[in-house]
Amino acid sequence: MTGAPLLAVNNIEVIYDHVILVLKGVSLQVPEEGIVALLGANGAGKTTTLKAVSNLLGAERGDVTKGTIEYRGERVEKLSPNELVTRGVVQVMEGRHCFGHLTVEENLMTGAYTRTDGRGAIRDDLDLVYRYFPRLQQRRTSQAGYVSGGEQQMTAIGRALMSKPKMILLDEPSMGLAPQLVEEIFEIVKRLNEEEKVSFLLAEQNTNIALKYARYGYILENGRVVMDGNAAELAANEDVKEFYLGLSGTKRKSYRDVKHYRRRKRWLS
Amino acid sequence: MADLFFFLEVLIGGLLSGVLYSLVALGFVLIYKASGVFNFAQGAMVLLAGLTFVRLTQILGSEHPWDGMFVLALAITFAVMIALAFAVERVVLRPLVNQAQIIMFMATIGLTFFLEGAAQGVWGSQVHRLNLGVSELPIIIGDVLLPPLDLVAAAAAAAMVAGLAVFFSRTRIGRALRAVADDHQAALSVGIPLQSIWVVVWSVAGIVALFAGLVWGAKLGVQFSLTLVALKALPVLILGGFTSIPGAIIGGLIIGASEKLAEVFIGPLVGGAIENWFPYMLALVFLLFRPQGLFGEKIIKRV
Repeated sequence: MTGAPLLAVNNIEVIYDHVILVLKGVSLQVPEEGIVALLGANGAGKTTTLKAVSNLLGAERGDVTKGTIEYRGERVEKLSPNELVTRGVVQVMEGRHCFGHLTVEENLMTGAYTRTDGRGAIRDDLDLVYRYFPRLQQRRTSQAGYVSGGEQQMTAIGRALMSKPKMILLDEPSMGLAPQLVEEIFEIVKRLNEEEKVSFLLAEQNTNIALKYARYGYILENGRVVMDGNAAELAANEDVKEFYLGLSGTKRKSYRDVKHYRRRKRWLS
Repeated sequence: MADLFFFLEVLIGGLLSGVLYSLVALGFVLIYKASGVFNFAQGAMVLLAGLTFVRLTQILGSEHPWDGMFVLALAITFAVMIALAFAVERVVLRPLVNQAQIIMFMATIGLTFFLEGAAQGVWGSQVHRLNLGVSELPIIIGDVLLPPLDLVAAAAAAAMVAGLAVFFSRTRIGRALRAVADDHQAALSVGIPLQSIWVVVWSVAGIVALFAGLVWGAKLGVQFSLTLVALKALPVLILGGFTSIPGAIIGGLIIGASEKLAEVFIGPLVGGAIENWFPYMLALVFLLFRPQGLFGEKIIKRV
């Protein structure tokens, strides 16, 4: 990674409800126009990291108690989500969170709430979203609560795009979607990155696909970064293969073997 | 034939008073939709608005309705209701963000006592007459007598509801309000600031309360009992659904018409005065068979 990063998270600690320590010193960087993956199991702290950046933690009684978050060299951990969206950082939450009673198009338009550059520009961006997600155009007048899971995920990403972001924090886009659809969504993420110069920080449990599309990855475990590296290096790492990609050596393992032998995570020693 | 006209007269009278119930219910619906808070203080807001207005017209020396001072008093009351929205957001809602609904509800009960006390402490607790300049002579169509104040109120209410409908469906803020009602978190994530949205809904609810205060004040006199009008909004809400603006209107009409018809046609059989409890019984029946109300938003659930 060369040049100043777009986003730099430095050694942050997050505490929920004043007592529950969730992140214990997480540091990561996202370069300009990068796609960075944040990997880990349930409860590792992926979502919390993203929410710390977008500052949605406040709504869940969470607090960044230590460390700094810098976006384009400026400290942003005290800014409200609204101010962050205005500056170009927007989160797509896990589980899609569309506005169920609004139509797909109204959902997209709510994404433009913070925009002040006029109707024409917003209209153009709506067309842009429809170019990336032609399916949404067909469903534009349907209530978002009734469209399919994939279409909801597209609506959520499209809604984030409507704020003209520099950086999208994408939380678990693959959740509950068919593998083919997951592939489709990641393809669009890649195109948005290349054509619209949007940087992505994406949290994923689906390590396989995340490392295929990201250029750099961080692995979180129990609120700490335990490993990071280029996507290709991570994908080739024996530990990552064993614990996150479900591969070990050449042949598949039977469950009986698993009982006897468990590879020790090297980073724990 | 005389019977038919009598029936019509009762029915229309009921529908018109129903419109007035709807007005109060509307204030509840607006706040409930946008913040999930059942605002117990809506009735107190009606009282505050009515009392502030009527006292201001006296202080400013308005001589007859709609002269300069009358309009000025209206403008000031308008401003007071908006200032109240800002104050409520700052003092009550903001410190209680993320608390359980019941806590918010309790806070609005506190707000009720505060507003009732403050309104009467500042303006006194006498009953004031309020003249909106609508003639009191009934309009006669066929053999049906219609009270003009109710007609004017109904027309104005219709205009206000139409305005609100356009506001909610066509404007950026209106869309944001509906988004917040659907999913707070997601609304935050796309950069909709909840605080300013709350100020907007409480302002709109305050303006609706002002309107209700004027109409009810003109009917009953501006006095403490205006706060009790809010109780009549409860069955309306249960009937129409807590989240639906059209529901509040239709619910109000049904309650208004049915209570008057029941009073006149069933009342004598059971000794009268059933007007007072009939709406609540109707609401109870609705709760049993259709808890989300006639127009309440169905909960969309994907399986």
